[in-house]
Amino acid sequence: MESLISLAVKAIFVENLALSFFLGMCTFIAVSKKISTAIGLGISVMIVQSITVPANNIILSYLLKPGALAWAGFPDIDLTFLGLISYIGVIAALVQILEMILDKYFPPLYNALGIFLPLITVNCAILGGSLFMVERDYNFSEATTYGIASGFGWALAIATMAGVREKLKYSDIPDGLQGLGITFITAGLMAMAFMCFSGVKL
Amino acid sequence: MSQTRKQLLVDPLIDNNPITLQVLGICSALAVTSSLNVAFVMSLAVIAVCGFSSLFISFLRHYIPNSIRIIVQMVIIASLVILVDQIIKAYAYEISKTLSVFVGLIITNCIVMGRAEAFAMKNRPFESFVDGVGNGLGYSLLLMSVGVIRELFGSGTLFGITIFDSVNNGGWYVPNGLLLLPPSAFFIIGFIIWGVRTWKKSQVEAREYKIQTLEEH
Repeated sequence: MESLISLAVKAIFVENLALSFFLGMCTFIAVSKKISTAIGLGISVMIVQSITVPANNIILSYLLKPGALAWAGFPDIDLTFLGLISYIGVIAALVQILEMILDKYFPPLYNALGIFLPLITVNCAILGGSLFMVERDYNFSEATTYGIASGFGWALAIATMAGVREKLKYSDIPDGLQGLGITFITAGLMAMAFMCFSGVKL
Repeated sequence: MSQTRKQLLVDPLIDNNPITLQVLGICSALAVTSSLNVAFVMSLAVIAVCGFSSLFISFLRHYIPNSIRIIVQMVIIASLVILVDQIIKAYAYEISKTLSVFVGLIITNCIVMGRAEAFAMKNRPFESFVDGVGNGLGYSLLLMSVGVIRELFGSGTLFGITIFDSVNNGGWYVPNGLLLLPPSAFFIIGFIIWGVRTWKKSQVEAREYKIQTLEEH
């Protein structure tokens, strides 16, 4: 249990997907102009991330790993090279299903998140989370924790970024730095702030 | 015709750079720039995937049903990325370890998807290929310039060859450790964008709020 908590803290602060691995940057920069939309997107990323990482973990351990197909009578098959295409397929399918479920049973939530859900399929943070899960060889419970925590970390980063940018638009910025340029530099300063957590030991 | 093809190739380098102007594909770009070797392999991978995915999608453009085009494009791109991933693992295993998940992330690189969607679905195969390669080159140009700054000043080397003798090896140069850490990549890209936009005024974004000057008051 303790190791799971420390894994979660590490995934949220020290190894923040957005600020130390630069994942999901396109959406991070493009959708962080207003706090309310940023929070909406952050929550959808968190939901999708906490479903897809464990789902891909199951796919990996029961279909793709060397020897994973032993239950079907093929102990010698190694399908890991199909990993990338299966993960992205799972992500696309799950996002689609989630969209349909929300539309049917939780229309207010669907209307709030509606525009962001399809965007999430091509968000690198989601695929990145699954790939890190594979690379670090997490088991199922670790994968679930990692999914929730890394999604939360990303949501936290984009919400803070939106907060900074809402104030930033009133300041007098040199012409060339306007918009994209200053956003990058702000993100750099935030990444430096998040690096302070790297000394935290649990 | 050759004039437009040349434009397709050259335009994305500075005038219409996918990273500094279109804000695409930054996701996987920054993490791999702390050493030039890795940035170079990553650039080649993106150029190859971007060029060939545009080519194949353009070949198939009349057969892809509009409603499922995203999935079809995704499958084509993912297959190409698997191919590139296997080649890198076979011939440059050490580098593939450093690149870790970032080769896989080319699948969700918005440049590749963006070119497929915006150009390859509407144009002939050869033009699409040139356009894909051009955008890959624009991405590589930025990746390599960030890589040069980070490796040269961060550890005093270029492609692993010592340029500045660092203090640790008895030389004179004190390496700037910050440049090897993630935040520096944000700063460098921010400053590159500033530079490009000071040079090409047309790329400057309009202000949301104008500061009132004393004369106007």
